[in-house]
Amino acid sequence: MARAAVPGGLTWQPATVAATRAETATARTLVLDVDGWTGHVPGQHVDVRLTAPDGYMAHRSYSISSAPGPDRLEVTVQAVIDGEVSPHLVEVAEPGDHLEIRGPLGGWFVRRPSDPRPALLIGGGSGVVPLMSMVRAATNPTRLLYSTRSPSDALFTADLATAQATGNTPVAVTHVYTRVAPHGWPAPPRRLDADILARVAWPRDADVVAFVCGPTGFVETVADLLVEIGHNPANIRTERFGPTGG
Amino acid sequence: MPTTNVGADDPPWVDGNALAGPLGEIMGTDLTVAELTCAGCRMTRPLAAMRVFDRAPGLVARCPGCEDVVMRLVRTADRALVDLRGSLVVSIPVPIT
Amino acid sequence: MAVITRGFGGRRRDDADLPPGQYRTDDFPVLSAGPTPRIGLDEWELAVVTETGERSTWSWAEFTALPADEPTVDIHCVTRWSKFGTSWRGVSVDTLLADVDTAAEYVVAHSYGGYTTNIPLEGLLDGQAWVAYEFDGAPLAPVHGGPARLLVPHLYFWKSAKWLRALELRLDDEPGFWETAGYHNDGDPWREQRYLED
Repeated sequence: MARAAVPGGLTWQPATVAATRAETATARTLVLDVDGWTGHVPGQHVDVRLTAPDGYMAHRSYSISSAPGPDRLEVTVQAVIDGEVSPHLVEVAEPGDHLEIRGPLGGWFVRRPSDPRPALLIGGGSGVVPLMSMVRAATNPTRLLYSTRSPSDALFTADLATAQATGNTPVAVTHVYTRVAPHGWPAPPRRLDADILARVAWPRDADVVAFVCGPTGFVETVADLLVEIGHNPANIRTERFGPTGG
Repeated sequence: MPTTNVGADDPPWVDGNALAGPLGEIMGTDLTVAELTCAGCRMTRPLAAMRVFDRAPGLVARCPGCEDVVMRLVRTADRALVDLRGSLVVSIPVPIT
Repeated sequence: MAVITRGFGGRRRDDADLPPGQYRTDDFPVLSAGPTPRIGLDEWELAVVTETGERSTWSWAEFTALPADEPTVDIHCVTRWSKFGTSWRGVSVDTLLADVDTAAEYVVAHSYGGYTTNIPLEGLLDGQAWVAYEFDGAPLAPVHGGPARLLVPHLYFWKSAKWLRALELRLDDEPGFWETAGYHNDGDPWREQRYLED
């Protein structure tokens, strides 16, 4: 089962669970200590590998939700029904547990600090996770549009309120609820549509980069709507994840 | 035979970003930012923007324009196979020195 | 040095009836190397093509009028899941080849959507393989290969091509989609022939 590393290739690094934080009933954040971790670019993910006592291994990809920093990172995991890795991370893992990670991974769905353009971040469900890293690290104008079924499904609710109110660069956060809206919410539950998008987005001639992350169908719809309201397809970056597999 | 991928119970696909780990294991560079020219329709896109079918024996990247296969990646017990017959060119960015 | 994760067991993989390295599942995972082709039954056609180019074809009505079997079989996917006791309805490959004159030793199964897989002809004969169009008493769903798929339960399930369009009889072996990309040419789960070097 164990494989030697390819020279020049990425290798698995040991990580220790430093803390866990419930985000919703079925999602949680794991704070991981990794010796020699040099940080990441917001938007990147890591592969997490678990090994059973008999040597059996399974690994899955999870986005990093923390701001970049040394020796420590946070991943936020949504439990997938009948999944093999995510239920362990959400329900079983405890501080002090050992696992392995590989990364940081991916150089495309990233917002580099050197990119001065305003960013429009659009997340569906747990697709907000890599966007949260961008929010936490934001140094340039940033707007987040976050679609969830209901307030109890929303990740990072308190942290997003804080990011909106404070931070070096305040981030404008707009929530959309598709099934159940909070009590006293000004609008009934609705799907994300061109109207909402046009209200949140910058004017069409602005040089803006858009990051869209969520289930495949959500990303498909939003990317099409963005083009419809005048966004340059070349400035739309997407990250889709399937509904199963975790 | 035209195909579509619109059904609710269709097999999911993800973006090429998902190949960063499996390819990073065997390459010294992040290939997801490389641009591939599809041998079917000749459109050029970053690998990260290709469609990856990952619920399969291997990983299959397809062109979002014409749905042809541009890359296959299979990890065996002691080997990683990268099949690029569906790509005419793989253009890899290198740092300017 | 292995890093063991406390409390992690992974999928169940201790069943005596399982081929080596497999775990048992009760659901029916959907695996696909590409989008699901949508084929209308009015345009669907199944062909058997011999090494001399002779074609036998069946329309949907002709195909479903052929004598059918109702096999109950265990299936084994190379991604390590096995599913026991699956019930199908389909036409035996013996029936499809009954009137075909051939000296071929190999078959390439061709799918709508472009997928291919290769199997020795003798692995498809004598009640070992079907072209199935019902699963669990209902028409085979598109994600599982409907209208009709090859069913070769004694080999890893990638050999059971979904959305079957044609069986090409050949004198020589021609590796298919996964067989040209690192998977074993034969794919016998009981001999754990997963990868080309196994």
